[in-house]
Amino acid sequence: MILKALGDKAVRAATVHVQSSKIPTELAKSSTALFSAYSGGAATLPDLPYDYNALEPAISTETMTLHHSKHHNTYVTNLNVGLEKLDAALSSGDVSGLIALQGAIKFNGGGHVNHALFWENLAAPDSTTVGPETTAALAASSFGDLATLQSTMSAQTVAVQGSGWGWLGYNPQSKQLQIATCPNQDPLQATTGLIPLLGIDVWEHAYYVDYRNVRPDYVKNIWNVINWNAVEERLIAAKK
Amino acid sequence: VANINKATEGKDEVPILDLMESAIEAGPGFRNSGGGHYNHAFFWSEMAPPDEAAKTKPSEQLQSLIDKSFGSTDEMKAAFEARAAPGAVFGSGWVWVCVNQAGDELKLVGTPNQDNPLMKGAVEEGIIFPILGLDVWEHAYYLKYQNR
Repeated sequence: MILKALGDKAVRAATVHVQSSKIPTELAKSSTALFSAYSGGAATLPDLPYDYNALEPAISTETMTLHHSKHHNTYVTNLNVGLEKLDAALSSGDVSGLIALQGAIKFNGGGHVNHALFWENLAAPDSTTVGPETTAALAASSFGDLATLQSTMSAQTVAVQGSGWGWLGYNPQSKQLQIATCPNQDPLQATTGLIPLLGIDVWEHAYYVDYRNVRPDYVKNIWNVINWNAVEERLIAAKK
Repeated sequence: VANINKATEGKDEVPILDLMESAIEAGPGFRNSGGGHYNHAFFWSEMAPPDEAAKTKPSEQLQSLIDKSFGSTDEMKAAFEARAAPGAVFGSGWVWVCVNQAGDELKLVGTPNQDNPLMKGAVEEGIIFPILGLDVWEHAYYLKYQNR
């Protein structure tokens, strides 16, 4: 029961968009996978909403295969190990043990949440367009338009030192769009309070096979495979 | 190299060890690019082609420090591998074998991103001197080993 509660908390950040009334079938499928991922206390690797080759040429089949079936899978496996240990420490009242687990939970739990969000905010090239809510939010924000958002977010994401993520988020207090970056696998919502709309993974494993060290080219090209339907759904849900 | 040269342009030349000591205080340009340059220069210098490397071994002084601090070379290697294992470092970073200020013990430490133990504030042991380092940024191994 404790595991499920912990799982639900971690999942909530990733599945806010599920509350929206209109959900494209693929999103619903993978969101359900994420929700049911925590029944019985174990996280599971969600299926991709597309084939491994769907995001070529921006992201290769090889990268998608490694990234999903190896990297994300490892976060899921290690999160489950951590959750088991957490459950044991909770049951025995071992506060010291609980505290000692925090780093691994944040790392693996964050890794799982972040990648689950990531797969859903990617789609085959030119298969989605920016929705009306997103367009309106962009116009009302400091970005003004999509091009400005892209250049600002690209610059900040490329500038991440070491491993981390660039995010477009919704600030529920100011009701504005905001860009943030997080180090390592620190999850956006838990770290900043922003609700994630769109994430870009800039760990080297996300781009090294395709772009070597040229992170700017990867970030430039990833805009061709962004799933604007997912961003729209997440924004609608976040505003509720 | 390009970025640390940009950051130090027009300023008086500073010995690299002093640059390292104050790198965290001096700001991200010095910390990341200065650290990155030092760490990689250090890294290249500690490696050699396999057949040449096979002809070398730790000096008596080093071996006795290894045995004193870790028990044996194998135990040092096991501890080192555990420190460099996936999940042991939460992102990009380096693993180092260092000699302490007194010169009588070896320490195993990890640092994030391009920090190194010469930087004031980098490791809780204070400033200690790396003698062996391993780059565990993904770029160091991804093409050959992927996630392994």
